[in-house]
Amino acid sequence: MIEIRFHGRGGQGTVVASKILADAIAKEGNYVQAYPEFGVERRGAPVFAFIRIDDKPIYDKSRIYKPDHVVVVDPTLVDVIDVTEGLKEGGMIIVNTDKNPEELKFPDKYKVVGVNATGIAVKHKLGTLAAPIVNTSVVGAVVKILNLANIKSLLEAVRENVPMKHEENTAAAKEAYEKA
Amino acid sequence: MKKVMMGNHALSFGGMLGRAQVIAAYPITPQTQVVELLSEMCADKTLDATFIKVESEHSAMAASIGASLAGARTFTATSAQGLALMHELLHWASGGRNPVVMGNINRAMAPGWSIWSDQNDSLSQRDTGWIQFYCSNNQEVLDTVIQAFKVSEKLMIPSMVILDAFTLSHTYEVVDLPDQKKVDEFLPPFRPEIKLTPDDPHAFGGLTSPEHYFELRYKLQKDMEKAPALIEKTGKEYEKMFGRYLGQVEEYRCDDADFIFITSGTVGSTARVAIDELREEGVKVGNLRIKVFRPFPFEKVRNIIKKAKKVAVVDRNISYGHHGIFYQEVKSAMFGHHNSLPIFGFIAGLGGRDVTPSTFREILGHVQKKDKSEEEIIWIGVKK
Repeated sequence: MIEIRFHGRGGQGTVVASKILADAIAKEGNYVQAYPEFGVERRGAPVFAFIRIDDKPIYDKSRIYKPDHVVVVDPTLVDVIDVTEGLKEGGMIIVNTDKNPEELKFPDKYKVVGVNATGIAVKHKLGTLAAPIVNTSVVGAVVKILNLANIKSLLEAVRENVPMKHEENTAAAKEAYEKA
Repeated sequence: MKKVMMGNHALSFGGMLGRAQVIAAYPITPQTQVVELLSEMCADKTLDATFIKVESEHSAMAASIGASLAGARTFTATSAQGLALMHELLHWASGGRNPVVMGNINRAMAPGWSIWSDQNDSLSQRDTGWIQFYCSNNQEVLDTVIQAFKVSEKLMIPSMVILDAFTLSHTYEVVDLPDQKKVDEFLPPFRPEIKLTPDDPHAFGGLTSPEHYFELRYKLQKDMEKAPALIEKTGKEYEKMFGRYLGQVEEYRCDDADFIFITSGTVGSTARVAIDELREEGVKVGNLRIKVFRPFPFEKVRNIIKKAKKVAVVDRNISYGHHGIFYQEVKSAMFGHHNSLPIFGFIAGLGGRDVTPSTFREILGHVQKKDKSEEEIIWIGVKK
């Protein structure tokens, strides 16, 4: 079983990102469970989403406390909360950043991968530079880096889940997948 | 066809595949995406049903009863405070023998205001004469709605299909959507013997003198007593067509178990993870998940747990001044049959407090320490 935790901010589409990922995984016949951490978060407040993946039914309905990997949708969160909380040793931290990931100074026991999802989103006119919609770009990279699904399943899942700008979102996911 | 969906939408798709003809709902909190999707289905004609938007949950159930009386298959959904507001009409639906099927999302009752899970909302409706199904995954939610229509319409008793807030309602899982043609074959249209129609006028729910009222209640109970066998039969029929069995309980590794947990809802799913881990360590544990709370599966429970050395009932609910509600039922199932079996009562997870595999290790620790159960409640994870 693989357990992943997503960190984002309210309004960035973190929950939709986890749904797209779940759909892409399910299309390849695997079992998946995806859920957001619920509270009364407002736009801009830190939010979480969790995803479990297995090749057999998933019975554990509790929250994920020790993720195998974490995905940081919003790079400014790194200064605000400990995104590595409970992360297993050797786990992957996938961060949306245009910096060299080494500059983020995560402990050596984790593998850190930077993805310029904001750059990709802005290029494809998803949101604005101030408020880019990065979820499809992030998912594209995550699927490739963690080898969770093939590109066909990913793009189908993106197309089925985004409410608008289908072509732009699909192109962004594809570019992120190919660059990762 | 497999589809990733949240528990709320599993209820909606259950209503759609069951070909509900009338859906009445109040669309504000604590209502959820259940009727949001159903209203879309009604609007785009995916579902040939009348959607009635009402001004309260009380009216939602009143409209559902009216529709059911007129011979329509009727579905609605609610949660917590909304269910409480329906209380009067819940009696009316069962007393009037209207087989409405309703989804209920188990949310903790306010105050303190909560959108997280526990079972006090639905268990407070225990004596309203509704059949209550508790689900542990989204597939089961969808399958149960379809089966509930069949059971309810056969007995002319309404059913509640119940799922945990967030842990199921907003959690995405892979659900196999059965083929509509096969569902139609399993669940033929609702054709009540008597219905409200201008062609053949009758009065319903009128003044009932002591000469007759008693018999109406006797008949309701007698028909409720038919539910256990009917739920088993319907479950087997469903399994034959769709490969999944419902039934009254789910027994997991109970055969040779020294310790048996008794659970319901998603708590009963997480229990399986703990059991597999403990079995690896050589501890003989099992889990009995109660799927149907009313009518309570006394015989099933008795037969499964009688060989165990100790039993731990895990309640995500409480009857203040007494104990966990499933605990009371299990005790009464064994009274006079196996009086010496130690049954321990635990309360966990109120108001959405997480129940994890380690919760069951903690429970087992308590049970292993004592030879006999004390009547006091054992609280798990409470900050005292």
